[in-house]
Amino acid sequence: MSHTTPMTRIYVFKRYERFWHWSQAVLVILMLVTGFEIHGSYHSLGFERAVRLHTLSAWTLLALWAFTIFWQFTTGEWRQYIPTASKLVAMARYYMFGIFVGAPHPYHKTALKKHNPLQRLAYLVLLALVSPIIWGSGLLYLFYAYWGGLGLDRWLSLEQVATVHTAGAFMMLVFVIAHVYLTTTGHTVFAHIKAMITGWDEVEEDLRATPEKTH
Amino acid sequence: MRHRAIHALFALAVLMAGTAGAVGASGKASTADHSKFEELAGPFDSGEAVTRACLKCHTEASHQIMQTRHWTWDYANPATGQRLGKKTMVNAFCIGDQSNEPFCQSCHIGYGWKDKHFDFTDASRVDCLACHNTGEYTKPFGFAGNPVTVRSEYPPGSGKFVEPIDLAKIAQAVGPTRRDNCGACHYNGGGGDGVKHGDLDSSLNTATHELDVHMDKDGLNFSCSTCHVSDQHAVAGSRIAMTAADPHPALLRGEKSERNPAACQACHGDKPHKESLLAAERLNAHTDTLACQSCHIPAFARGGVSTKMAWDWSQAGQLDAEGKPLQKKDDHGHVIYDSKKGAFVHGQNVTPAYQWFDGRVTYTLLNDTIDPTTRVPINVFHGEPGAPNARIWPVKVFHGRQPYDTERNTLLVPSVGVPNDSAFWYNFDWPKALAAGAEATGAPFSGKYDFVDTQMLWPITHMVAPKEKAVACQECHADDGRLAGIEGVYIPGRDRSPWLDRLGWLAALAALLGVSLHATARVVTHLRKED
Repeated sequence: MSHTTPMTRIYVFKRYERFWHWSQAVLVILMLVTGFEIHGSYHSLGFERAVRLHTLSAWTLLALWAFTIFWQFTTGEWRQYIPTASKLVAMARYYMFGIFVGAPHPYHKTALKKHNPLQRLAYLVLLALVSPIIWGSGLLYLFYAYWGGLGLDRWLSLEQVATVHTAGAFMMLVFVIAHVYLTTTGHTVFAHIKAMITGWDEVEEDLRATPEKTH
Repeated sequence: MRHRAIHALFALAVLMAGTAGAVGASGKASTADHSKFEELAGPFDSGEAVTRACLKCHTEASHQIMQTRHWTWDYANPATGQRLGKKTMVNAFCIGDQSNEPFCQSCHIGYGWKDKHFDFTDASRVDCLACHNTGEYTKPFGFAGNPVTVRSEYPPGSGKFVEPIDLAKIAQAVGPTRRDNCGACHYNGGGGDGVKHGDLDSSLNTATHELDVHMDKDGLNFSCSTCHVSDQHAVAGSRIAMTAADPHPALLRGEKSERNPAACQACHGDKPHKESLLAAERLNAHTDTLACQSCHIPAFARGGVSTKMAWDWSQAGQLDAEGKPLQKKDDHGHVIYDSKKGAFVHGQNVTPAYQWFDGRVTYTLLNDTIDPTTRVPINVFHGEPGAPNARIWPVKVFHGRQPYDTERNTLLVPSVGVPNDSAFWYNFDWPKALAAGAEATGAPFSGKYDFVDTQMLWPITHMVAPKEKAVACQECHADDGRLAGIEGVYIPGRDRSPWLDRLGWLAALAALLGVSLHATARVVTHLRKED
């Protein structure tokens, strides 16, 4: 959190990306809230409305993802999620120690490498593990009426599917908690959130590289 | 006192039949005006005389009726071979027919069944008017199913008289069966309006949309026979061998089928809910486990008529200071005690109980040994939880307390209703009443008796509410909901893995705690640095 280094502004999050992120955030939170009501953890909307909203959110998120996958590939942004081991340990050490003593952030963010190695790993786990668990079980859950016709009822029980879906929901809940907290670890508490809203982030000037865009 | 009750019942029957006319409940006008038939000019001095006139044109009617349970009160349970039927069955209400025939048989569609010597082959004894009258026809208790054509004192020597009815007038106004025809007996089972079934009572005669969407007097206005279709006088539907599951599409008009036309699915099919595509047939998926009735009949006895939920015969026989029988009523005017019958519990807008049911019912009969240390099931609805042929059904659970033989451990039928020396209602002497009942049933009786707790189940299938009033999702998808304790089905909102919940919440808590500690540490170290 040293302010002695000269700062520069870079355009990190493009318009669609921000739209995607915040829509997804709303939908995921909505699905957590309604999902845990369906689960019976608390009562607020009522089971029926919770189910309706949960299902509607799921369909909306599916549509959003259809656009997002298309966007990722056409823009090449998907590369942002390729995991890297470089500086992984340094990042972990930073969150565990450096952050408390004002050590410099070990990762230099650029528009081409907007995620630090820990983020990349976390998003990959989310994409490759949590998402398939939630979506696989969720779609089976949603299409329960078709199990008989597809012969799935011989292999699956609603209880198994619901249990897996709930497990996925807990994973997502843990992710959301950690993710929201980590947004506060920028050079100011709200720097990351501001970047996700405006698209522009302030980073320490890297004299070796030419900033991609300047204000 | 009982007489007043009987008269009230008849007054009700007359009221129920208020709107006589050539147009039946089906809404279709007949091609025949029976008032123009010479054969029906009368006068008729007996029910049999009317029947003989009917049979001149409707030549096969009596023969058809004689093949049916409405006539025989005798039935072999296809699932078990058990000999059932009102003739020999025991229930937890007025218990049994035998020895009480002149009283009970006012609900038989025949004339003169007063004991076991009744001639079931006599075509003229078939009572056409019971089902086809359009009003003013009554068969008073005590006359063995005969209408009264001459002013008669009943009980003999009581000074009370039953007024005669004009059979010719009634015969000239016959029509298709209407709700009040069926209801005259099916509403009044157990001795009064709504007593037994809970989902059948006189409120259905003038049903609102709210009470029953099919019988709605201003809407579909179905008669019973709209669903309980008959062919050759055999009426579809049975509570002994029920259609618990019918996983098929709706029948087409005219389609030949062995399926039960009275089942909901016969018209609606088994996937009747029209939903948004996004809902992926969610409601229709419920039909694999639930009977239609479970959601669409949120409560029974909804029409303002109460049903009996419990009947304790062991308290019968208390007399007042003058040694006369007495009645006690609750604040709503419902009889809660009657010296002749014992104590009652009434219910209105009753939420049904639910259980798996595949249509098979077995009964405890007079020769079955009972275990008096537990509540004796008068009938059992069978069905394996989760089985493909079973559905979760709504039922009325009725609790009885009734006499049994303490030596033989068998249920007993008392003689109650016929004015004589042995009938309980006239002498309040259990040993005599039970001995007379046993003699009529042919079952041995040791002479020693006591009372045992019993239970009887009734399927709930009428009083279908508008869809907006169907049972809401959260009434079952909840802990302690309507389906609490129902096995064989996973119900989201009711069922969950407790260990996963513990683990999951622990993980979320750990994450919260972790980030809180991290944040605190950041704040503390930041402040120290600024110092």
